Amino acid sequence: MTSQSSATESSRSLPALGRMIRRPEMGSFVGMLAVFLFFWVAAGGLFVSSAGFSSWLNIAAEIGIVALPIGLLMIAGELDLSIGAIIPASSLTLATISGYFGMPEAVGILAALGMGLLVGFINGWLVLRTGLPSLIVTIGMMFVVMGLTLGFSVMLTGSTSATIEPSELSQMLLGQFVGGMFQVTIFWWLGAIVVFFYILHVSRIGNWIFALGGDRIAARNAGIPTEKLTISLFMMSSFAAAFVGISQAMVYQSAQVAGGQAFIFNSIMCVVIGGVLLTGGFGSVVGVVFGTITFAMVNQGIYFTDFDPNLGSIIIGALLLLAVIMNDSFRKMALNYTTKKNS
Amino acid sequence: MTTPVLELRNVNKSFGPIDVLHDISLKVHAGEVLCLLGDNGAGKSTLIKTLAGVHKQTSGQILMDGEELMFERPKDAADRGISTVHQFGGTFPLMSIGRSFFVGVEPVIKWGPFSFFDRKTANETAVKAVREFGITRIDDGDRLIGGLSGGERQALAIARAVHFGARVLILDEPTAALGVKEAAHVLRIVFEARKRGLAIIFITHQVMHAMTVGDHFAVLIRGALAADFRKGEKTREEITDLMAGGEAMAELESEIESYAQSDSETSSAAQ
Ligand SMILES: Nc1ncnc2c1ncn2[C@@H]1O[C@H](COP(=O)(O)OP(=O)(O)O)[C@@H](O)[C@H]1O
Ligand SMILES: [Mg+2]
Repeated sequence: MTSQSSATESSRSLPALGRMIRRPEMGSFVGMLAVFLFFWVAAGGLFVSSAGFSSWLNIAAEIGIVALPIGLLMIAGELDLSIGAIIPASSLTLATISGYFGMPEAVGILAALGMGLLVGFINGWLVLRTGLPSLIVTIGMMFVVMGLTLGFSVMLTGSTSATIEPSELSQMLLGQFVGGMFQVTIFWWLGAIVVFFYILHVSRIGNWIFALGGDRIAARNAGIPTEKLTISLFMMSSFAAAFVGISQAMVYQSAQVAGGQAFIFNSIMCVVIGGVLLTGGFGSVVGVVFGTITFAMVNQGIYFTDFDPNLGSIIIGALLLLAVIMNDSFRKMALNYTTKKNS
Repeated sequence: MTTPVLELRNVNKSFGPIDVLHDISLKVHAGEVLCLLGDNGAGKSTLIKTLAGVHKQTSGQILMDGEELMFERPKDAADRGISTVHQFGGTFPLMSIGRSFFVGVEPVIKWGPFSFFDRKTANETAVKAVREFGITRIDDGDRLIGGLSGGERQALAIARAVHFGARVLILDEPTAALGVKEAAHVLRIVFEARKRGLAIIFITHQVMHAMTVGDHFAVLIRGALAADFRKGEKTREEITDLMAGGEAMAELESEIESYAQSDSETSSAAQ
């Protein structure tokens, strides 16, 4: 009895530190801080000037919009590689419809977003029907979408690229550089952070996502609509990819069949560096945001230093490994810290 | 006698050509613990999976409160108040106590078109529910399930089932992976659930644990009911023998006894 009450005491008086260490984003925060300080020292004042900030924020925003739903998918125990093909497919859909054919921009945008939602729906449906790992299903889908994009583009326009001149409104909403250097996409990313934070951490659906990633069968037995949820998550990631495709077309005023593949691994890296467990069931939106910032800072920061730009890849690779190792130990700490103190 | 909460009548289950359960008839009453004993492979898990709606019986009837039931899926059984707690308790090791307690039935606060997961209520309810079962060490609903001890996890899972109105509690080897102290804790919780009037099916192959909590015992051998008796009708040795399917165990025990004797003789000689 005495041991029980003293255990109660000790866990009551646990410092805030214990609480913080349990948070899934703790490791990624430390990593982000380390990378920031590293480049601040290595690159000097330029890295922390507004030009420095804008260079990595622009990158972070584009990847970040995709990394957020990919993070949710990975927490739910799935992957989506097809985003790499959806981004150029969306750009080209918009540029072909509204640029080449001169139809209203709204039509092109809706078609691009609709294409994204449809691909996501098929991804989710196939994963559920076939029972195959989503890694395989979405790789297949990536090639299908790539092939269709190329085929339709050549068939309709006789070319593998198209140009578009954004209207003033789209230019302002999607293609603008605020202050001459900050892409307006950054604000869309901030909005997406709020939305995904709400979904994962505030609404009850977040609980379903964690349960789905923890144990799919137990989640279904608990009455969670696991099939609907899985399909919705795939639709979210492909919708986000389509959105990035649209915003790229508006920013660069052109679209190519190729491009976008880098997003596949980059988004997964942001998510993993952000503390999401590869096996699902654990992670946070704030962590994914930290992971994205870390990735973008390394990606761009290297150009502010005198180092060989190839060093950037090495740093990213090392960070990824470090992140996985750290995530694992933070997770162990999260699981153990109270019991350890009590016994 | 009162109507049993759950009754099986001549239940058979085969997987294709493999007959796993033969003609099982059993009754469990409210406030009673039925111990289901049997060696590995005897069919205990298959039996409870049939009760939990995971498998459908090949023939025979399952009745609840005297009324025949047909389960299409586990959810149907859960909706009727049949709740299964597995060996390792919670299935979501990386979720917090409060969150996992309410998986699928999350409390929310509505605010216009938005709804917020009510973490405070979830945590408080979960902690209160498990504390009522005497697990006072749990006082923080934000702790992760994976950080709890095996006994605490069992307690939490049982408290959860009771909280959500379970009438039949199926415990699949809840004490198998636990140390002596933790196992005693879980047995106490089983008593507590029984006191609250639940019908409990307790699966184990530890005869001592069965004899501590059981009111009623059923021994499965190769899918058939080999014995069905009440507390006090058989001794521990008899039950052990039954489970082992005959004389083998008695022989082994006498052998061990003679070893132990010669062992104590040599050690006393050494002193
Ligand atoms: N899905 C299944 N298909 C075929 N045979 C099964 C299946 N499930 C269990 N069995 C068989 O039924 C027998 C009883 O298994 P089980 O119920 O798990 O026993 P216990 O839980 O008592 O150890 C075993 O011989 C096992 O191989
Ligand atoms: Mg078993």
